[in-house]
Amino acid sequence: MRLLTHNMLSSNMKGVSNGFPLRIEVEKVVEKQVDFNPDFLKNMFSKVHWKALADASRIMGYAELPEEADRSMLDSDDFLRKFHHALLELHLEEGALVCPETGRRFPVNKGIPNMLLHEDEV
Amino acid sequence: MPFRIAQIRLVSSHPEVYEPCDDSFALVDALLADRINLVKHQPALCMEVGCGSGYVITSLALILESGSVGAQYLATDINPHAVRVTQETLEAHGVHAELISTNIASGLEQRLTGMIDVMVVNPPYVPTPEDEVGCEGIVSAWAGGENGRSVIDKILPIADNLLSEKGWLYMVTLAANSPLQICLKMREKGYASRIVLQRSTEEESLHIIKFWRDADI
Ligand SMILES: C[S@@+](CC[C@H](N)C(=O)[O-])C[C@H]1O[C@@H](n2cnc3c(N)ncnc32)[C@H](O)[C@@H]1O
Repeated sequence: MRLLTHNMLSSNMKGVSNGFPLRIEVEKVVEKQVDFNPDFLKNMFSKVHWKALADASRIMGYAELPEEADRSMLDSDDFLRKFHHALLELHLEEGALVCPETGRRFPVNKGIPNMLLHEDEV
Repeated sequence: MPFRIAQIRLVSSHPEVYEPCDDSFALVDALLADRINLVKHQPALCMEVGCGSGYVITSLALILESGSVGAQYLATDINPHAVRVTQETLEAHGVHAELISTNIASGLEQRLTGMIDVMVVNPPYVPTPEDEVGCEGIVSAWAGGENGRSVIDKILPIADNLLSEKGWLYMVTLAANSPLQICLKMREKGYASRIVLQRSTEEESLHIIKFWRDADI
């Protein structure tokens, strides 16, 4: 699971009012190289929750993203490369996503998060 | 660059996962028929709901990559075996999609609103007793409840929420699902539609419908 996906996932548990961002429990992180595509990053920038991405990447062992970011930074190649790495190249291979309100754990195995709920959680 | 689609011999399988069938082939053929438009569309995020073996999302990624479209892909399935099989199929073809085991797009609906430029769905569309819908394993691959519409009718409003302003939805339907009525329903939400491909097999009459937002509706 890439951090782009983490940035788009919220807890879907019944009764949760703010299920975003999910806390990450790391067991194993892998890095996979992805083609650098500045247009995609510029397009995504406004849709990504920056703080959630910066925090998540730090938990995954990558501390290069600034705490805050604004559009003007998109002119910097250095910034775009770091954004690219955090958003697309860091994968949570094993671990869990944890609902910030209820503590419900959504396991991530072989890079795939399982968001399926039990009947009494829907 | 010549374009490719997923190769059957590289598609992974599992006893409880839907194998590529006439409906899967029809959907990919519809995407191929619309290939030039898809490349021009320059989607950033593409998504499949109910990815099964991964045949469709892999083909979509290959079609767009051969048009040099640098998109990202996301696929969900309610059957955890299916997302794992999809991952193997993607890897065998050297493409990537983010996979999530979930019911339609549960967990994504809040943050992914208005972000999907292309969505593809081959839903469980076979008319069955209602209690077969969403069963464990392979039955949920086809069981569509009354008129085969139970899951389709849940997917449509979610697709409407996730599709971007320029978003397109390609969906497989069966004559028994009343495709025209589905189009009218989507029209009320502001979507135009077109049947991209119609195919009758021995068992079923398939329609692949494309939906897009149209300001004039
Ligand atoms: C007809 S099969 C299509 C599989 C594959 N896309 C293809 O074209 O070969 C339908 C798929 O939808 C999945 N499915 C059924 N209900 C679902 C739901 N509520 N949410 C997500 N996926 C679902 C099934 O597990 C199955 O893999």
